[in-house]
Amino acid sequence: MDIIQRTLLEEVAGLHEVPEGAYNIRANGELDSRHTTANINIVTKEDKPGIDIIIAPGTKHESVHIPVIISQTGLQDLVYNDFIVGEDADVTIVAGCGIHNGGDQDSAHDGIHSFYLGKNAKVRYVEKHYGSGDGNGRNMMNPTTIIELAEGASMEMETVQIKGIDSTTRVTKARLREASSLVIKEKIMTHGSQTAITDFSVDMDGAGSSANVMSRSVAKENSNQKFVSVINGNNRCAGHTECDAIIMDNASVTALPELTANHVDANLIHEAAIGKIAGEQLIKLMTLGLTEKEAEEQIVNGFLK
Amino acid sequence: MLELQNIQYDVEENREILKDINLKIEERFVAVTGPNGGGKSTLAKIIAGIVKPTAGRILLDGEDITECSITERAKRGISYAFQQPVRFKGLTVKDLLTLAAGKNTSVQEACGILSEVGLCARDYVNREVNASLSGGELKRIEIAMIIARGTKFSIFDEPEAGIDLWSFNSLINVFEKMYREMGGSILIISHQERILNIADRIILIADGRVQKSGTKEEILPELLATTGGSACDMLLSKNEKSKSG
Repeated sequence: MDIIQRTLLEEVAGLHEVPEGAYNIRANGELDSRHTTANINIVTKEDKPGIDIIIAPGTKHESVHIPVIISQTGLQDLVYNDFIVGEDADVTIVAGCGIHNGGDQDSAHDGIHSFYLGKNAKVRYVEKHYGSGDGNGRNMMNPTTIIELAEGASMEMETVQIKGIDSTTRVTKARLREASSLVIKEKIMTHGSQTAITDFSVDMDGAGSSANVMSRSVAKENSNQKFVSVINGNNRCAGHTECDAIIMDNASVTALPELTANHVDANLIHEAAIGKIAGEQLIKLMTLGLTEKEAEEQIVNGFLK
Repeated sequence: MLELQNIQYDVEENREILKDINLKIEERFVAVTGPNGGGKSTLAKIIAGIVKPTAGRILLDGEDITECSITERAKRGISYAFQQPVRFKGLTVKDLLTLAAGKNTSVQEACGILSEVGLCARDYVNREVNASLSGGELKRIEIAMIIARGTKFSIFDEPEAGIDLWSFNSLINVFEKMYREMGGSILIISHQERILNIADRIILIADGRVQKSGTKEEILPELLATTGGSACDMLLSKNEKSKSG
């Protein structure tokens, strides 16, 4: 692995060296290294590119890292990763994709991640996207996440895309069974002429299920963002979706919530706020000795922290 | 020393908020009082650089800072505690104290400052300065930021506003301690008799003018007589005025 690849790995997975526990590192469209544990198996798919991550029932406090790094310009990478999480397991899964495109051709990574959580399984899923490079080729990422939660299962998904991705369309679809719960926290910052579309769709089919979809984003310069959040309450359930965006310069942000209650005890809430940085926030930080630009940076960093 | 020379502030034609204000502030603790709408907060904002005066000059230790930006004045040693503190999604109490101090502040240092303003530090240091904090908590954090800065000229705009009278009693101690320990000058806008009582000088501003200026012995008796004699009455009359204005 070269320096560029190591830097990407650090950005998307916070890893300096090989991680502890199970991992699968994919570099430039091929397997770089893999490690499995007694409870977590990783198997290469035979019918299409990608892997199956099989987590044994009752696995506790283990983690899986599956970073993808691309440093070859013009590479179009597509993977299908399936996570089969056994009953009562409690694990952390860290995925992420870093692209360094120093050439003139577009580089792309499309990851289709499917999560099947067994009864009462608990997963924390962290996903980070990062792009760099000074070529004219664009960095594109289109992650799709499919989530199936069995009875009593819970999943918390954190996605972060702060730098260097020119175009992204993120699709997340979830189906929740009885007493299961899903929390999604998304953080996005776009600049230049970047485009980011995120499309969440959650079906709460089970009684007592709950979903909370939260997005915080900052759109700078000429970038565009669109946040779509569809929540269907098909049973007694609680759903909440929230989009909080800071808009700057000539950017544009669209928030498109859609709540459907198909059950009298479906309790659904939507909140959306788009606005520039409040003038009084800038003034307050300037009275502490910061310049306007420094104040702006502090406010944006804090907002996306 | 801060000097205001012929400060004038008009918002539109024929509407003067401040009229020819001339003040020299060299005492350690100066209280500005007077009815709402009299121009006190505007004066504070003019000193901090948030509002540009229509005419007049501001001098800090002899240097003309009239054209200086908010940031430049802050760097020269002016601090300003807002009457209505600002909330920040994502920034923690420790973040703000670090920014205020202008250097990395350890948890221990942050806790020390928070304790001074009567906040149980461990509970607050990592809290976000967002809508989850009450008005009174925000005011204390606002004051803590000024303590963290420790600059030569600190302005407090009605620190009592939004704080209940019980909590305010402990806040009085904060200002008494500041008076004893802070090196610079404090200018405090207040309606509270107990604050006015610790001031070296009291300035009464009404209708955009300095109506009176002198020691508490000179100003307080008359002030209390005209406002009904107690701080509670002063507060009451202030609230009534703020409702109408």
